[in-house]
Amino acid sequence: MDRAATAEKIAELIAPFNKKGIEITEASTFAGDLEFDSLTVMDFVAEIEDAFDIIISMNQQAEIENYGQLIDAVVKLQG
Amino acid sequence: MTDLFSKFDPLIEQRRALLSTGVTDPFNLVMEKVLSPTEAICNGKPTILLGTYNYMGMTFDPDVIEAGKQALDDFGSGTTGSRVLNGTYAGHRLVEDALKEFYGMDHAMVFSTGYQANLGIISTIAGKGDYIVLDIDSHASIWDGCKMGDAEVVPFKHNDIEAMEKRLKRIPEGAGKLVVLEGVYSMLGDIAPLKEMIKVAKDNGAMVLVDEAHSMGFIGEHGRGVAEAQGVLDQVDFVIGTFSKSVGTVGGFCVSNHPKFEIMRLVCRPYVFTASLPPSVVHTAATSIRKLMHAGNKRAHLWENSKVLHKGLTDAGFQLGTKEPESAIISVIMPDLERGAMMWEALLHEGLYVNLARPPATPANMTLLRCSLCAEHSAEQVQKIIGMFTRAGKAVGILG
Repeated sequence: MDRAATAEKIAELIAPFNKKGIEITEASTFAGDLEFDSLTVMDFVAEIEDAFDIIISMNQQAEIENYGQLIDAVVKLQG
Repeated sequence: MTDLFSKFDPLIEQRRALLSTGVTDPFNLVMEKVLSPTEAICNGKPTILLGTYNYMGMTFDPDVIEAGKQALDDFGSGTTGSRVLNGTYAGHRLVEDALKEFYGMDHAMVFSTGYQANLGIISTIAGKGDYIVLDIDSHASIWDGCKMGDAEVVPFKHNDIEAMEKRLKRIPEGAGKLVVLEGVYSMLGDIAPLKEMIKVAKDNGAMVLVDEAHSMGFIGEHGRGVAEAQGVLDQVDFVIGTFSKSVGTVGGFCVSNHPKFEIMRLVCRPYVFTASLPPSVVHTAATSIRKLMHAGNKRAHLWENSKVLHKGLTDAGFQLGTKEPESAIISVIMPDLERGAMMWEALLHEGLYVNLARPPATPANMTLLRCSLCAEHSAEQVQKIIGMFTRAGKAVGILG
C-alpha cells in the first residue's frame, strides 16, 4: 500500500479514537494534541496492527510522536 | 520553581486534593504491632488484615520462626555479598533444593526479591533482535524487565488468545520469541487461560515464562500454581515466583528444566550485582516451602474463604473484579478514586485493612479495593468482614 492509501486507511481507523473531533494534521501529536492516554494508545496501536497485519513494538512506538511519523512507520513496516 | 521534580506536579496536586478532604493517607499506614497473619494493631486499634498477600499464613508458623532464629545464631544477620562471590551460604542451597522439590524441576535460582527475578530473567534471556510477547496487564516488574533488555516488546490485550496468536505469527522468521504470562493477575484476581495460551505459544515456537507469584502454595494440587491446575506445568520453560506472598518472607526465584539454565547465575545482572538474601530469610523460606508441600487442608480452607467472601460481597451489592472467585484475591471495584479512598478509610475505622489500588497500577484506570484472603482467616472473620464492608459501603454511599 502506498503512502496515500495508507494515510487514508489510518484516517478511518483513528476516527473512533478522536472523540473530541480534533482536526488532525501530520504534525498532530498523540499525547499532546490528540490527548491520547496510554490505554488509548494501546487500543489504537492494536487496531492499526490488525488492519495492516504488522507489529509496531513498544520500542518502535517510542519513536512515533506525531501522526505523520505513524503513517511513515506503517508504510515502512508493510515492507 | 521548575526543576527535575516538576514532572511530578500533577501527582503532587492530586494527592494534595485528596488529603485535603480530610481522608487518612491510604499509602502511609503503619502496622504498629502484628498479632498474627490475620490481625494487627493500626492507629492503636485491632485490625483484621485483608490486604497482605499472606495467603497461607506462614509468617507466624512456629517452625518457620524457629528456623529463622537458628539461622541468625548460626550464620549471622547478613551475607554482605553477591551470590557469585561470598554470598552463597548453606541456606541458599537449602532453599533452592526446596524449590526444585516443590516444583519438581531441575533448576532453581533465588533472587533477593520477586521484582528482581522478573527483571533479571526477562532482560537477560530476551536480547537484541528477540521478541517478547506479553499480556498488557502484566506486573510492573515484567514491564521493567522488558524495558531493561534490548528485545522488541509486543503487548497484547489481556487474556486474549487470538490477539496473542496474531502477534506471534507476525514476528519475522528466525527471531527468538518469549511469551510472558501470569497465572493470577493481581489487580482483579482473575486467572489466565494458560492451557490454551501456552499451546499457541509452543505452536509458534516461543519459549514461555509464567509468573505464579499469586498462586504459589494455593492453586493446583501441590500448590504449584495455575499452570499445574490446568495441567500444563511441563510446558512452561520458566516459572517466576516470590517468597513475599504464600512463603511469608521476602525474595524471588525462577525454576526451570532448561538444560543450560545454570549459566543464568553468571550472566543475569540483577542476580550478580546485589547482595544475597540474609541467612534468616533463606532458612525461613526453605522451611515454609517444605511445609507448603503438605498444605492440602489449608488450601481447601482458603478456597472456602474466597468463595464465601465473593458471594457475601456480591450479595451485598458490590461490583467485583471477577464473576466467580478465581483466586485468593477478591477485588471490589470503586466508582472513583475519591470514593475509593473514603471507603478505604471507612473500612479502617471498622477495623479492616484492604489495599487501595489505583491507576497506573490498575487496568482501565479503575480504582479498586483489593482483598487478599488468608488460609488462617476463620469463617467467623470472613462473616465479620462482609458485615464491615456492608456498613462502610452504606456509610460512604456506594451501596444503596
